[in-house]
Amino acid sequence: MTAAERLARLAMWTAALVTVIFLMTPLVVTVAVSLGSSSVFTLPPPDWSLRWYQRLASTRGLVPSLLTSLEVAAFSTAVALALGTLCAIALVRGRFPGRESIATFLVSPLMLPGLVIGIAMLQGFKAIGLREAFTSLLVAHVVITLPYVVRTVFAALSLFDFSLIDAARTLGCSYPRALMRVLVPALGPAFLTSGMFAFLASMDNYPISIFFTDAWTKTLPIQMLQYVEENPDPTIAAISTGLVLLAVVALITGDRLVGLRKMADF
Amino acid sequence: MTASQSPWRDPVALLAVPALLYLVALYALPLLWLLAKSFAGPAGPTLGPYADFFADPFNWRVVANTLGVAVWVTLVCLVIGYPASFALARAGAALQIALLVAIILPLSIGVVVKAFAWQIVLRRDGVVSQVLVGIGIWDEPQRLLFTETGLVLGAANIFLPFMILPIYSVVKLIDPRLDEAGATLGATPLYRFLRVTLPLTLPGVVSGVAFVFSMSVSMYVIPSLLIGDRFQTLSTLTGRSFLFMRNEQLGSTTAVILLALAISIVVGSGWLARRLGSST
Repeated sequence: MTAAERLARLAMWTAALVTVIFLMTPLVVTVAVSLGSSSVFTLPPPDWSLRWYQRLASTRGLVPSLLTSLEVAAFSTAVALALGTLCAIALVRGRFPGRESIATFLVSPLMLPGLVIGIAMLQGFKAIGLREAFTSLLVAHVVITLPYVVRTVFAALSLFDFSLIDAARTLGCSYPRALMRVLVPALGPAFLTSGMFAFLASMDNYPISIFFTDAWTKTLPIQMLQYVEENPDPTIAAISTGLVLLAVVALITGDRLVGLRKMADF
Repeated sequence: MTASQSPWRDPVALLAVPALLYLVALYALPLLWLLAKSFAGPAGPTLGPYADFFADPFNWRVVANTLGVAVWVTLVCLVIGYPASFALARAGAALQIALLVAIILPLSIGVVVKAFAWQIVLRRDGVVSQVLVGIGIWDEPQRLLFTETGLVLGAANIFLPFMILPIYSVVKLIDPRLDEAGATLGATPLYRFLRVTLPLTLPGVVSGVAFVFSMSVSMYVIPSLLIGDRFQTLSTLTGRSFLFMRNEQLGSTTAVILLALAISIVVGSGWLARRLGSST
């Protein structure tokens, strides 16, 4: 091996190590702070304690905002799965012009600044008389969850052999039954990963939600940012640790059902 | 589908209608309206708000802040992410799993959570300061929170997966025998990298850079938590003008500038990717 090759290998493994440490740092720090007794984020913590977790129940506004976020995420993901799957089928099976542009358009909300989309929607919703916070949040979040579904289901359908449905029909299945028995199981992993990422994107969204919350209806990220700005103490770290745990569960589920490597497909 | 070649008689096309109508009505039209309104003056179309915006040196500062931070964040992500995606593609099973977990897990965690964690990491008594003093780079602990370096570090951390994954997706497709063939033919490692490996990975680099750059230009939560009001970007200024200053005119102007920036990044990177795709 020449010196240049050795240098390249060294760079590669150093970068790998730096990546793992760098990316895990915020998560490890969050968990450590949440389990420490210090209220000023001293690391390593002088003593371990669960006091910040005990505070969670009495933290004002936390449970309602968590419920709002869960409801909005579940509803918008369900709508996105329905609309997105139908649309992906049309894009893969249809023979009409402009399919590529339509696909780009459907995925575009992921690539444009959320804040700008939020402002445009706020003004648009006002114009059609939609003022109620919860409904606005539901309607707006479908726009953020739809791209995840369209992108992933489109990719999965492109690889699906549609003659399998004809085969099932030849063997005596009715058309709806053939769809249920052949197409739906084949799309299972795509539904799961896209649904999961769509759900998490909705749970995490700040820049669009901020325009549709009021004093009574707040989503979790909005409520959390408000705590961070008003009185930053490790209670936030305790909430964050809960969200990290949720992500770990999602990751393990995803790994069991579709595999980590597939989840890294971009 | 084969029965009719006329685009409007393809029944499968109808399945796309609900999603399309939804997005056109609730996303595309509002964006177009925002765009149109930003050019509307009391007496017909005008560029007035944009002329006013760029007449103020403070606003040039804001544009420079936005682009400067985005360039730095993208550079940091590229320098770490490019070799890391090779490691991810070529690592043994155990390291590959560690890398995949480190990349995918943070993707499933909210930006408020990560930005809050960086507030702790960047404090005077935070992890970065302790490490730098520990290995002797700094003489005494310093605060990185509310500095531009801190903002770049935090944002690069949050966007790094979006650099690694697109590059990894092209690196894993490269046939390692290409490099061996080059070596057999007597090419030096540097020449092989520049003429074989680098061109093959460029489409991934273009899409990673486009992702990270456009996300850095539009980030809002991260600068709010890591640097605060003293450092304004187009995005934070847009948010502030709508949420706190109630200055919708200024907000619409900066929103449209942000939108134009984001669209030009998407279109530009798409064009570059197609050019690279056709030349190789």
